[in-house]
Amino acid sequence: MSAPASVLVVGASAAGLATAEALRRKGFKGRVQLLGAEPHLPYDRPPLSKQVLSGDWDPERARLRPEAMLSDLDIELALGEAAVGLDAEHRIIKTDRERELGADAIVIATGIRPRAFPGSTGLEGVHLLRTMEDALRLRTELLASRRLVVVGDGVLGAEIAATATGLCGEVTLVGPQAAPMELQLGSDVATSLAELHTERGVDLRPGVGVDGLVETNGRVSGVRLATGEILPADAVVVSIGSVPVTEWLAGSGLRIENGVVCDSQCLAAEGIWAVGDVARWHHVGLGRSLRLENRTNATEQAGAVAANILGEARPYTPVPYFWTDQFDAKIQVYGLPSSNGEAEVVEGDPHPAHIREPRRFVLRYREDGRVSAIVGWNMPKQARLRRAEVADALV
Amino acid sequence: MKITVYEDKCCGAGSCVMAAPDVFDQRDEDGIVVLLEASPGEDQFEAVREAASICPALAIELSEAT
Repeated sequence: MSAPASVLVVGASAAGLATAEALRRKGFKGRVQLLGAEPHLPYDRPPLSKQVLSGDWDPERARLRPEAMLSDLDIELALGEAAVGLDAEHRIIKTDRERELGADAIVIATGIRPRAFPGSTGLEGVHLLRTMEDALRLRTELLASRRLVVVGDGVLGAEIAATATGLCGEVTLVGPQAAPMELQLGSDVATSLAELHTERGVDLRPGVGVDGLVETNGRVSGVRLATGEILPADAVVVSIGSVPVTEWLAGSGLRIENGVVCDSQCLAAEGIWAVGDVARWHHVGLGRSLRLENRTNATEQAGAVAANILGEARPYTPVPYFWTDQFDAKIQVYGLPSSNGEAEVVEGDPHPAHIREPRRFVLRYREDGRVSAIVGWNMPKQARLRRAEVADALV
Repeated sequence: MKITVYEDKCCGAGSCVMAAPDVFDQRDEDGIVVLLEASPGEDQFEAVREAASICPALAIELSEAT
């Protein structure tokens, strides 16, 4: 395939910007347009639930790139303008400012949005977290609140609960799993995370569903559990997963199944690619389709998409990786821990004998005799040095 | 080329070490970036640009003023 003369990237967050950067880094001299629905210069999301929510960072600190670096990229950046439709055959998108933008190659990088709790829309005191505004609003609310209930025990819910202990009096984390982030960490490491949260004062309510929110005078006043118990709350964060932003692709002819369906090279249709949280591509090494909602994938996949746009034609086969920082724990996860795998501590000790000794370990998960994941707890370097064990199992 | 690393931003992913192992390392105790060579030779430029670009915490800054 010959290289295109112009590329239009739809979505100006981590994956979209990284695609534009990778194109330039690889020597692409053609026109690059970058369209972002949010009005801000591109910013990073992982700090939102941590440094921005805690107040350690000003919002500006979360910018993805300084302005000078953006202008050096020589891209046409349109912010505060969302795509509302795609003509896949002619590779033209329509925007909410009634503009039509076209290019030889289109990259879909519209990301995800958080799933709302049914019936909670417009209820005061109920928060979702995806944007900078969401983070700042939540911070203001938490500083004025006594009791926070976080509904949802995934990565975001666990991070928010950890950060919130420094902002308001009582923090409760409710979710269906036996321990927070069990799906992402495997049960062994999730058990350590549950211990850490409990030690630091988070009231964990594992293994329980939420029936609804309790309202008093238009404001949330509690969370009703499936057991009938009501947890009083001044503020509630809902972090029960996300949905890919693909509504604007309705009628485009692209296959949408929990994300934009792509081939192994992240190609969705002729001249149309997808990258980041929104992309579901076929991972040849795993032998199945995959969609990864994490920061490192955004950049890594952007590099692969840029290379493929320029004609490299290489399947994208990453070792899935993410990190999370909660309290004093820096957790690194390579691969995909499985619920029915065997776990083995390969370095350090999850249960140090002396309370003054820090908890540090690397744990290896195996499934069907293959290494499915390496998880590091306060041992980032040691975990990374074992990344190859996961990579080898993917071949 | 001059490299600056921000330890307080570093998340310990080690992407930089994988991209440019002659220029970056990680501390054994907490995984934070260690700059082995602040002004690397030209043969390292491409690897260092890659490292700075893929750092998921945006903790590496390059100045390439000529």
